[in-house]
Amino acid sequence: MEAGALATPPRPPRPVPAGPTWRLADRIGIALCWALGALFCAIAAAIVIFMLVQGIRYVRPSLLVTHPTAGFNETQTGGFLDPLLGTLLVAAIAIAIALPLGVATAVWLSEYGRPFALARLTESAVEMVAGTPSIVLALFGTVVFSSPALGFLSRSSGGVVFGRSFFAAGAILSLVALPLIVSSTREGLQAIPTHLREASLAVGKTRFATVRRILLPTARPSVVTGTMLGLGRVIGDTAIIVILLGATLRFNSAGHAPLLGVLKGTGSTLTSYVYQNSPSGEGNQPSKAYAAAFVLLAIVLVLNAAVEIVRRRSQVGSWNP
Amino acid sequence: MHDALLIEERPHWWSDRRAELTLGALACGVLAVVLAMLVFVVTAAWPSFAHNGLHWFGSGGNVDNQIRTIFLSGDQGGPFHWQFHAWPLLWSTILTTGAAVAISFFCSVFVALFIIEFAPSSVREILQPVIRLLASVPSVIYGLIGVLVIVPFIGNHLITQGQKQSVAYAISLNGYSLLAAVLILTVMISPIMISIFCDGLRAVPRTWVEASLGLGVNRWRTYWKIAVRTARPALIAGTVLATARALGEAVMLAMVSGSVGFAPNPLDGVIFFFEPSRPLAATIISNSEELSSPPMKHTLYAIAAVLLFSAAMLSLIGWVAKQPMKKYAVRG
Repeated sequence: MEAGALATPPRPPRPVPAGPTWRLADRIGIALCWALGALFCAIAAAIVIFMLVQGIRYVRPSLLVTHPTAGFNETQTGGFLDPLLGTLLVAAIAIAIALPLGVATAVWLSEYGRPFALARLTESAVEMVAGTPSIVLALFGTVVFSSPALGFLSRSSGGVVFGRSFFAAGAILSLVALPLIVSSTREGLQAIPTHLREASLAVGKTRFATVRRILLPTARPSVVTGTMLGLGRVIGDTAIIVILLGATLRFNSAGHAPLLGVLKGTGSTLTSYVYQNSPSGEGNQPSKAYAAAFVLLAIVLVLNAAVEIVRRRSQVGSWNP
Repeated sequence: MHDALLIEERPHWWSDRRAELTLGALACGVLAVVLAMLVFVVTAAWPSFAHNGLHWFGSGGNVDNQIRTIFLSGDQGGPFHWQFHAWPLLWSTILTTGAAVAISFFCSVFVALFIIEFAPSSVREILQPVIRLLASVPSVIYGLIGVLVIVPFIGNHLITQGQKQSVAYAISLNGYSLLAAVLILTVMISPIMISIFCDGLRAVPRTWVEASLGLGVNRWRTYWKIAVRTARPALIAGTVLATARALGEAVMLAMVSGSVGFAPNPLDGVIFFFEPSRPLAATIISNSEELSSPPMKHTLYAIAAVLLFSAAMLSLIGWVAKQPMKKYAVRG
């Protein structure tokens, strides 16, 4: 937040032009800076343009609304409606779990945090999850969700719990989003000046009422930013999907209950669809993989734009001086 | 911290005390899940470590054959085999992560400095959102570009027939290589580093930079000696985060690294860069269908435990390294 304020003041005058008075090391440094900067721009542009070209070449509106089917060539394999819906479903489950949990954790850590040792421990635990590879979380998920006690969340046959379902993948993916939501919300809460809290308490509001009526509404842009960033990570994750969702081509629902069956069953998302259709996967249909990757990239782009808008807007009407 | 200000609590269904307990319980729930994860992973990993001892980390034999033997022994329900020498996988992880982090750290410092201090403001306005976008591109997309563009290019244009034939008795060089893995991994983690480095550089107090410029120190020296030094906590934070991403990257590396349990040998000369390998995380994902076999499951959990331990050590090192820099008061 302060960074934005610092970036705006006028830049200092530049009295010393890069010239013959500079030492060789300085000249090399500045040249390296420009060269690597230009190289980075070139690589970024290459990636963006390449994906754009592939997207325009291969994305057809019909791909978005047809079910995928197994087949040998590009005309037989259908579209990616199921992976697209699967992505939305998994993201919804993950955020539905991570958002309340993350906001509650952040509020407790920054506003209460009473047994000090416990708060520090929780803080380190959240930091630890942030650094944990998602593949490790996925393996942890297979142990948890194939235990008989949680058998009602996935398909089971003859006492053996399958452990792969939208519930399982969403629950573990919520752990991926959680640290981002917690850290962003905490930063937002800590940026609120203390006199705001004191004013609220002075008029007789309880601490929780202060949190609910004053602090959380003020910190809303941070909560939204954290959620969007978490959503981006959830949508982009492949390892957890491959291991915990099964990465089956279509929705493979368990039981006949309309939505519950789907949620208990396996499916796929855009990331696992891309993986399966790359030369390393079983499908190997590069044009479909490019099309799905382009759609995935478009979703990520929209999320990023949303974050940017929230960030800009929060700088206008925030409590920061 | 506002205890003195609290007026006597009114009896209310959502009273303050109850709210605090509920929030605390949810937070402790998160703590419990993390502790459960640690306990589960370590207990499930133990049999593999117990049977192999320190040889687990050593080399010896063909690791792919060992994995197959372990899987089949569990699949057939017979006497379990446990022998597993993970050095090729560890070596591959060290090589890919180390090289990618080293290259992208070097480049990212300069690129971040370029973006914050040297680039024209129009370029900067465009670059900042682009970096955030690149930092959040799913890794599978980088993997797709790698496997469809970079790998064929390396296989067809960089590796000569003579090089392919010279090692044909041991491995096939077809473009799935250390070079491709490091290249894509570098491109993948650089935006993460750059965006955090940029935040750090932007938070450097403007007056410090201006004081240095006012003393007649030239622009480059000022930014290099004042801005970059002040932003060191951010440099550490960005490096730790990017290393954690590189270490845990499974799918992308499974796509481009070649998925062969082979330890690239630096003594092979140029061929070293073209040799296939397979890092730890990619091993888990390419064998994830085999979790049903008990010894295989424990072996994969042992790999996960190593990754978890490395990630924890990484954040610990980052924390320790940041301690003496607290005086700079620049968050990172």
